[in-house]
Amino acid sequence: MSNLLREVCRRPLGIASLVTLVALYLGALLAGFIAVRPVNQQDLEHTYHPPTRITWHDGGLAVQVYRVVDRSGPAYEPVPGEYRRLHLFAPGFDYKLLGLLPLQRHLLQPADTDTVFYPLGSDSTGRCVFSRLVYGSRVSLTIGLIGITITMALGLLVGGLSGYFGGKIDFFAMRGVEFLMAVPSLYLLLALRSVLAPRFSSDQMFIVIVIILSLIGWAGAARVLRGMSLSIRRTQFVLAAECMGQGPLGILRLHILPNLASYLLVAATLSIPGYILGEAALSFLGLGIAEPASSWGLMLSQAQNIKIFMLNFWWLLTPGLAIFVTVIAFNLLGDVLRDVVDPRMKTQ
Amino acid sequence: MTTSATTPLVEISGLKVHYPLRGGLLRRVTGQVRAVDDVSLSIARGQTVGLVGESGSGKTTLGRALVKLAPITAGVIRYEGRDITALHGRSFLPWRKRMQMIFQDPFNSLNPRMTIASVLAEPLELHFPAMSKADRRERCASLLKRVGLDPDHLGRYPHQFSGGQRQRIGIARALAVEPEFIICDEAVSALDVSVQAQIVNLLQDLQEELGLTYLFIAHDLAVVEHISDQVVVMNRGKVVETATPEELYRAPKDPYTQRLLAAIPEPPPLAS
Amino acid sequence: MTSPSSNQPLLSVRDLRITFRQRERSLEAVRGVSFDLHAGRTLAIVGESGSGKSVTSLSLTRLLPPPPACRITGSALFDGRDLFKLSPAELRRVRGRDISYVFQEPATSLNPVFTVGSQIAEAVRLHLPEIKDVRAHVVAALDRVGIVDAANRYGAYPHELSGGMQQRVMIAMALACRPRVLVADEPTTALDVTIQRQILDLLRELRASSGLSVILITHNFGIVHNFADDVAVMYRGEIVEQGPCAEVLRNPQHPYTKALIACIPRLGDKRRRLTTIDHAAIARAGA
Repeated sequence: MSNLLREVCRRPLGIASLVTLVALYLGALLAGFIAVRPVNQQDLEHTYHPPTRITWHDGGLAVQVYRVVDRSGPAYEPVPGEYRRLHLFAPGFDYKLLGLLPLQRHLLQPADTDTVFYPLGSDSTGRCVFSRLVYGSRVSLTIGLIGITITMALGLLVGGLSGYFGGKIDFFAMRGVEFLMAVPSLYLLLALRSVLAPRFSSDQMFIVIVIILSLIGWAGAARVLRGMSLSIRRTQFVLAAECMGQGPLGILRLHILPNLASYLLVAATLSIPGYILGEAALSFLGLGIAEPASSWGLMLSQAQNIKIFMLNFWWLLTPGLAIFVTVIAFNLLGDVLRDVVDPRMKTQ
Repeated sequence: MTTSATTPLVEISGLKVHYPLRGGLLRRVTGQVRAVDDVSLSIARGQTVGLVGESGSGKTTLGRALVKLAPITAGVIRYEGRDITALHGRSFLPWRKRMQMIFQDPFNSLNPRMTIASVLAEPLELHFPAMSKADRRERCASLLKRVGLDPDHLGRYPHQFSGGQRQRIGIARALAVEPEFIICDEAVSALDVSVQAQIVNLLQDLQEELGLTYLFIAHDLAVVEHISDQVVVMNRGKVVETATPEELYRAPKDPYTQRLLAAIPEPPPLAS
Repeated sequence: MTSPSSNQPLLSVRDLRITFRQRERSLEAVRGVSFDLHAGRTLAIVGESGSGKSVTSLSLTRLLPPPPACRITGSALFDGRDLFKLSPAELRRVRGRDISYVFQEPATSLNPVFTVGSQIAEAVRLHLPEIKDVRAHVVAALDRVGIVDAANRYGAYPHELSGGMQQRVMIAMALACRPRVLVADEPTTALDVTIQRQILDLLRELRASSGLSVILITHNFGIVHNFADDVAVMYRGEIVEQGPCAEVLRNPQHPYTKALIACIPRLGDKRRRLTTIDHAAIARAGA
């Protein structure tokens, strides 16, 4: 495993995507520390505020002060020469680091609490887009991990076993998989979502979405894993193990699983973007994460207002950029992993 | 268990392995492949019986049927006079300790994800569960030494070895549980002639040291003739000739055997 | 048979060096190999796996990874042209048209989704555009390699044929474009002995009837003895001994050649142990 990591780090694309992903996940983990305002703190005085410029002023970090030009727009303009002091690791709102440690310090906080500080602007109710983006990444980034774990576990269980045992088990498992693959997933999702909606809060809905996405997604993985386990089943080292009296469980654990591991890793990396995009699509359609919680898909759906395009409030589209970067990073990492893992059978 | 001098170690009588051929939408049985068709042979303790035939002759299926890796349709297999045909799963486990198999493909017969130490430890864990870790490790090292490899290589992976070395590891794995009967299924067929000679010599040395009994399955009559005390020629699932190597070489009776013999490229004369 | 030195060789390889590079590591697989192939003769390149014999044959039409992963130096004069200096387009014309290959595994060399006839026809159309009736040409080629009922076998898929038949199809494909050199890389190793005999007899016959030159790659001196005119013995990337087959086999000079000949199991040989190769002794003799 450490060998694999070393190989990945050797390739420029590998290290780049790895660093990006680590940064993203660290951001999600330390969301409270990085955020500048509580996720749902509104400020109706400063709706659609543009990103505030951060500069070096008077020997310290400072934020540009803006004034309202037109309340109906709304439009703001910077006040020349007026800055407010920013502090690193300064106290701000209360949060719990990693959900455990109560803290007040943040990465960057204005010296006065009434300073208008929006690193990535504000939305229609004056909430900080940057802070929502950071908190929203928790949903968007974990959905892929949880989803893929369920998918691969189910796929491995059903595919691996039916490939190993063959015969009737294989026949029925594969017909079941085909049935699942034939279900139009989007309609099922819509139906389930609307049936379940009244029973769940937004947080629970998050879990439900993940489960629905992966319950639909595992069939494809099961098919591939069945094929692979079938071909490993026929190798002579499995024959040798049977010959020495190794039972089915031992063969699965010692011989089949380790040889599927590299495929699992690559496939998992390459399928995570599907879950992130799936969550984004559902939330965009209003079927996923609901207010007041935040996710990238939800934020993006709130940016589909015509006004935002007309008045060029581009910062509200940053969740789209975040999704883009994450998906690209996962895909690149998956490609690099495949390159590293594939020639493992080389003899030299 | 009593064994008289006359009881063969392994005795096969009337063995049949038929596979159903399925066809059509409902996968009905439309016919059958007679992979092994009414074969009888016996193997005496300490002897090597060579089993020759071309692809499709059923020789590999016969070897696999002996260790329950192929379904037996009819016939009886006796081991030291005891009928073991019907034994399965756990009840067959004690016999698995006594019969082992060496496979053809040196690239495919070792799990690429396992170190040599774990390859050799696997049969030990199954058949000697009480053995301590240190004893097991020591046993693995001595096995490697026995087949002519460096015991320091226990931590390596199969791809770090050449074809001949991998075949030695396969032999060490078979020897791990101290069997008395080893089925060599095309054990030297995929190797270069020079490496083949080393492996054949190793097998013969081991036989002398440990008193092993071999069923040596191969398609190369020259190798089989060299190593065997008794040669069985199979064609299309049936035994066509059984003879000592000398008889077979001097006066092959069956036309198929004659054709096999004629096909061997004549080696250049040995330099004096 | 005329002495090989009296006429111009068809293919003349000089100081061939092939180096593989993987990151920092580099491996010189072939180290300064020179040999000649004469028209209508069979040159056997003998050696164990890893000796560089297959790589040598593949380098002739550059069927190896492109540089920098693999570097080829030296020269290979074929018909007055240096094969290593050809442009990719010229090289494509040489491949299959002048020099064609038969590999060890017929099952993996044939595309399972096309009929054998259409696979041969594709090669013919590519290299011999002047031929009008391609089908008849292909059927004739199949017929020539001893496939019974060739006209009907044209439409057969590879899996419908036995291993020996598949290898015949491979040879038919290799010969359909009337090459001048056939490179046979362990053509019979995956086949049964009786089939091996048939394939070797077939190659011998074709060589006699069409003046084909053959490079035969093998690890088995038994096959060399029965089939080749000249032999080059490769050991660790170098040719340690070469010459006319009869001479080399009658009086091998290099200890490796002697060892390779000695280790073949012989029918009726009553020695208990087979001779093996003592690599240390060879290294001492070479030093």
